[in-house]
Parts: sequence; C-alpha cells; structure tokens
Amino acid sequence: MVTGLGTYLTLSAVLFGIGAAGFLARRNLLLQLMSIEIMLNSVNLALVAINRAHPDSHAGQVFAFFVIAVAAAEASVGLAILISVFRLKKSVESDRADLLKG
Amino acid sequence: MMSFGGQLLFAIAGMVAVLAAVLTVTQKSPLRAAVALLVHVVSLAGLYLTLHAHLLAAIQLLVYAGAVVVLFVFVIMLIGPGALDVKPDQRGLMVKLFGGATVLMIAGTIAAQIGQAAALFPALPGCPEGEAMTQAGECGQFGGVDALSNAIYVGAAIPFELVSVLLLVAIVGAIAVARGHTDAEKKAKDPRELDPRPRSADPNATDPSGMTPAE
Repeated sequence: MVTGLGTYLTLSAVLFGIGAAGFLARRNLLLQLMSIEIMLNSVNLALVAINRAHPDSHAGQVFAFFVIAVAAAEASVGLAILISVFRLKKSVESDRADLLKG
Repeated sequence: MMSFGGQLLFAIAGMVAVLAAVLTVTQKSPLRAAVALLVHVVSLAGLYLTLHAHLLAAIQLLVYAGAVVVLFVFVIMLIGPGALDVKPDQRGLMVKLFGGATVLMIAGTIAAQIGQAAALFPALPGCPEGEAMTQAGECGQFGGVDALSNAIYVGAAIPFELVSVLLLVAIVGAIAVARGHTDAEKKAKDPRELDPRPRSADPNATDPSGMTPAE
C-alpha cells in the first residue's frame, strides 16, 4: 500500500461519516458533542494532509490550529449548555431540550 | 514517498482511529465513549506525525487529550447516573436503515472519489538529499515550532489575537450558562430569610425590610 494524499482524505471522509452518523443517530447530548469533536478532528486531518501535499506554506496547519482553538471553545460552551439543560430537565436527552417550544 | 515506518504508523493509527471513532459513537456508557474518544484523539496525533506536523500533534495531545476529554469526563462526573440513556431508541428499523444508508452512501462516494487522487506527497522543500536532520533554518523545519509559529504570528497575527478573545468570551459564557443560583442568592430574593436570628436579641441590628420584628 502506498499512502498518498488520497489515502488520508479517504480516512478523513470515513471519520467524518462516522461522526455525522453518530451525531444524527444518538439522542444523548454528551455523545452528540463527542461526535462533533470527531467531525472537527477529521476535517483537521484533511487540512493537515493537504498542507503536506503543498509544503511551501503552512496555511493548512494554521487553519487546523484555529479549528482546534474553536473546537475547544465550542466544547466548553456546549457542555455548559448541557449542564444547564440537565439542571432543568434532569435528563441529557436532546429530544427533551424543548424549552423554547410553545 | 513516505518511509516504511511512516506507512506502518499510518496503517496502525488509521485503523485505531476508525475503530475508536466507531466505539465512541456506539458505546452506551458516556464514560466508555469518552475513553474511546481519548484513544481516537491520540491516534490522530500519530497521524499528524506521519504528515510532518509535529507541533500540531503536540497541540492535539495537549488540547484534546489534556483538556477537552477531561472536560467531558468532568461533566459526566457532575451529571452522574443521569448521563446514561434513559429510554431506548424509539425510531423504526426503516428510519435507521435509511439514515445509515444515506450517511454511508455520501461518505463512501466522497471517499471513493478522492481516494482515486493517488498523488504522492512531494518532498519537503529546501532539503538536499540526506541533509534533512542536520541543516538548520528553513530546511527540515516543515511543521516544526519555528516554521509554524512564524506562519501564525507573522501571517495570522490578528486572527490569533481574536482567538484569545474568543476563548475569553467562551469562558465567560460557559460560566454564565452553567452556573446556577447559589443558596445565598436564593435567600436574597426573600428578605425575611436574610437574618434567621430573632431581632429582639440584638438591639443594634437594623431591620433591612422595615418590618416590625415579630414578638
């Protein structure tokens, strides 16, 4: 097996598909947040692999760096919302987070 | 062209990453899912190493394995047994099959298309044969601390500062959202509960509510 850009992008697409399937299939907010992390990580892998294919600049790695920072902020705020929802509903199911429903 | 060690690391880390991602998504217990996510993150750091992104591999380990997964575990600890799925999945078999087939089809199509791009990685720039480790400066620095920090601080200084503002806002927002009312604040809404002592026992006490003390 010869690993090239296509191999890494294929792996990235597979990981993104797993994350997307998990986000859509699970009804546990914790698991959904973890699926979002998997999807963000797969995009990071694609960015770094494409940067490796064009090694004259570091744009892809800089992008991945910023994605990591934004993902950390997203995880903290998402978990804070989860705690708040759990305090109101005593449940972490995303179906029960219907506080804005009239 | 990657070395044999790089290809071996790619094969192992890639398989572990896929397996750990599947486990993360399918586990019933959130704590087991968090541990699987940890394995996934560590194997992705290994994949970054095969791509000469050494600094990003370290950042990945620090931020994800060190902070995000620990944050997940802390929240699971705070929530306790309520973090488990209470009711089983209520959707029908057809919906599950259709959803799974759709995701599999989209991801499979993308993977099959881009997998045909069999472009090999070019050699790293500025490095003569066999001098990648010895020469300083630009050569052999792809993905290293010098080159990547130069790219961030020179090419993307303002976005970098904006990221710090974003993280500050995220911290303040997370505290504001997750923090409930303390006991003191709950009592402060009811002025009669401010001072549990009988007022007649303290002649110097001023009555904040203006009510006459009960005899």
